[in-house]
Amino acid sequence: MENIYLIFIVLLAAFLGFELIRKVPATLHTPLMSGSNAISGITLVGALAASGMENDILTTILGTAAVALASINVVGGYLVTDRMLGMFKKKDKK
Amino acid sequence: MESVALIINLAYVLAAGLFILGLKLLSHPLTARKGNMVSAVGMLVAVVVTLLDHQIISYHWILLGFAIGGAYGAWKAKSVEMTQMPEMVSLFNGYGGLASLLLGWATVSQLSTVGFSGATSFVLITVILTLLIGGVTFSGSVIAWGKLSGRMNAKAVIFTGLRELSVLHLVGFFVVGYLFVTDPMNPVWLYATIALALSFGILATISIGGADMPVVIALLNSYSGVAASAAGLAVGNTILIVTGLLVGASGLILTNIMCKAMNRSLMNVLLSGFAKPVEAAEKIEGEVKIMPAQDAFYVLEAAQAVLVIPGYGMAVAQAQHAVRELQTLLEENGCTVEYAIHPVAGRMPGHMNVLLAEADVPYDQLCEMDDVNPRMENYDVAIVIGANDVVNPAAKEMKGSPIYGMPVIEAYRAKTVFVLKRSANAGFAGVDNPLFFKDNTRMVLGDAKDTINTIIREFGDD
Repeated sequence: MENIYLIFIVLLAAFLGFELIRKVPATLHTPLMSGSNAISGITLVGALAASGMENDILTTILGTAAVALASINVVGGYLVTDRMLGMFKKKDKK
Repeated sequence: MESVALIINLAYVLAAGLFILGLKLLSHPLTARKGNMVSAVGMLVAVVVTLLDHQIISYHWILLGFAIGGAYGAWKAKSVEMTQMPEMVSLFNGYGGLASLLLGWATVSQLSTVGFSGATSFVLITVILTLLIGGVTFSGSVIAWGKLSGRMNAKAVIFTGLRELSVLHLVGFFVVGYLFVTDPMNPVWLYATIALALSFGILATISIGGADMPVVIALLNSYSGVAASAAGLAVGNTILIVTGLLVGASGLILTNIMCKAMNRSLMNVLLSGFAKPVEAAEKIEGEVKIMPAQDAFYVLEAAQAVLVIPGYGMAVAQAQHAVRELQTLLEENGCTVEYAIHPVAGRMPGHMNVLLAEADVPYDQLCEMDDVNPRMENYDVAIVIGANDVVNPAAKEMKGSPIYGMPVIEAYRAKTVFVLKRSANAGFAGVDNPLFFKDNTRMVLGDAKDTINTIIREFGDD
C-alpha cells in the first residue's frame, strides 16, 4: 500500500512542478537552471543516512562520496544563483 | 522514536513548501533573489532535521564529505565567469547524477550485508532506475561539459553502427535489469547496469552538435532531478521524491521551450546525429558588402533606434561590457537601444540575459523575439553580434534549408543591418545565411569586441 502512496506523491509533484515553472520568463532561465541544480542536491538528505548510519565500510564510503557530490550542488548552486540574480537590475528612472 | 519520525516528516513537509514557494518567487526578476534564499532555507531545514535522526550515529564522515563538497562548490560559484555558466551548470548536472548513482549503489551495498532481506522488487526496480538515470546524467553531462568548454570538438560525432549500438544498450538495460532484480546477490549485474548507463550517456550526447546544446543541458538538468527522485523511491524518502520531481519538471519545460524555439521535436534533436545532412536546394546568389568599423560609426551616430541581437559569438568575444558602453554612448546621443534575444541564442537557456545583466544592462531592455519582430521596420540599425542561425532568413524563405520553419528574429527587415562576425563563413549549423547577402546588410568583419571598441573610440573623437 505504501508504494501506491509514493506513486501518488510522484504524480502530484510532477504536475505541481509543471504549473510552477511554466510562467518563468526567458530572462530567468539560466538562474532557474542553476537554482534547480541546487535543489537537486536534495540527494544530500538521502546520502546523510548512508554515510552516518552504522554500515559496512563500502556503504559508508559510497555514502560519503554522495554527500560530497550533493554538497557541491547545494552550496555551489545556491551561491552562484544568488550571485547571478544580484546582477539583474531594472532600468533606473532618472 | 515515533515522535522523532513525526517531527522529521513534518519538517520535510515544511521544506517541500519552502522549495515550492522559492520556485514561485523565482519566476519574477524582482523576487527571484528572495526565492533562491527561501529555497536555500528549505534545504537547510531538510538537512538539519535529517541529522537529528537517531539512526545516524557518526558525524565525522558526513562532515568530511560536506567540507570537501561545500568548499569546492563555493569556490566554483565565486570564481566562475558568466560566459562559462553553460559548462558549470552542465558539470553540476553531472555531479547531481553521480550523487544519485552512488546513493543507489550504497543502498545495494547496505542491503547485501543483510542478504537482501526485506528488499522488495519495488525497491530493486527503483534502485535500477536510480543507477540508470544517474549514470546517463553523469556521463552525458561530462560529455556536454567537454563540448561546451572546448575540451572536446563540439561537432556531432557520428560513426557507423551508432544506431545499432544504442538499440543494443536499450535491450541490455532490460536484460541486465531483470537479472539484477531476480538475482541481486550477484554483484556482476550491478556493475553491468552502471557500465551500460555510463556508456549510453556518452553515446546519446556525443552525437549532438554544439548548436543543440541548450536542449541537451535542459534535458540533463531534468534527468538530474528525476535521478534524485528515483533515489528517493529506492530509499523511501518522500522529500527526495517530491523535490527531485520539481527539478525534473522544470528541466522538461525548459527543454520543451528550447525545442519549440527551433521548431523541432525532442526526438528530432536527440536523434539529429542520425539524420542525413541536408543539401541546400537553392544557391544563394549575391555579393557580401563589407564595411569598416569607422564607417559603421557614422550610420550609428545618425540612428534614432538601434536593436542589438547577441549570439554565442558575443560570449566568446567577451564583448558584453563593450556593448554596454556603446549603449550608453548611443543613449547619450538621443538614440533608443533595445536588445532582442532569441530563446536558443548562446549555449544554454537564458545565456545572453545573464551576460548582459553582468554588464549592467537593465533586464527591461531585453526583449523577446515575438515582441520585436512586429516592429522591426522601426529600427534604423539592427546590430547582429556573433549570432547567425537565429537571424537567418533561410528559416522563412528557403524550403530546402535544414533550419526551415524555425522562428527567427527578422533582423533583415530593419532599415540597416550590421553583422559583426569573425569571417564570412557559415554559422554553427553549417547553414549559409542569406542575410549576409541582403541589400541592407553590411558585414563588419573582425573580433566583435575590437569592432565595438573602434566604434566607441570614434564617438570619443567626435
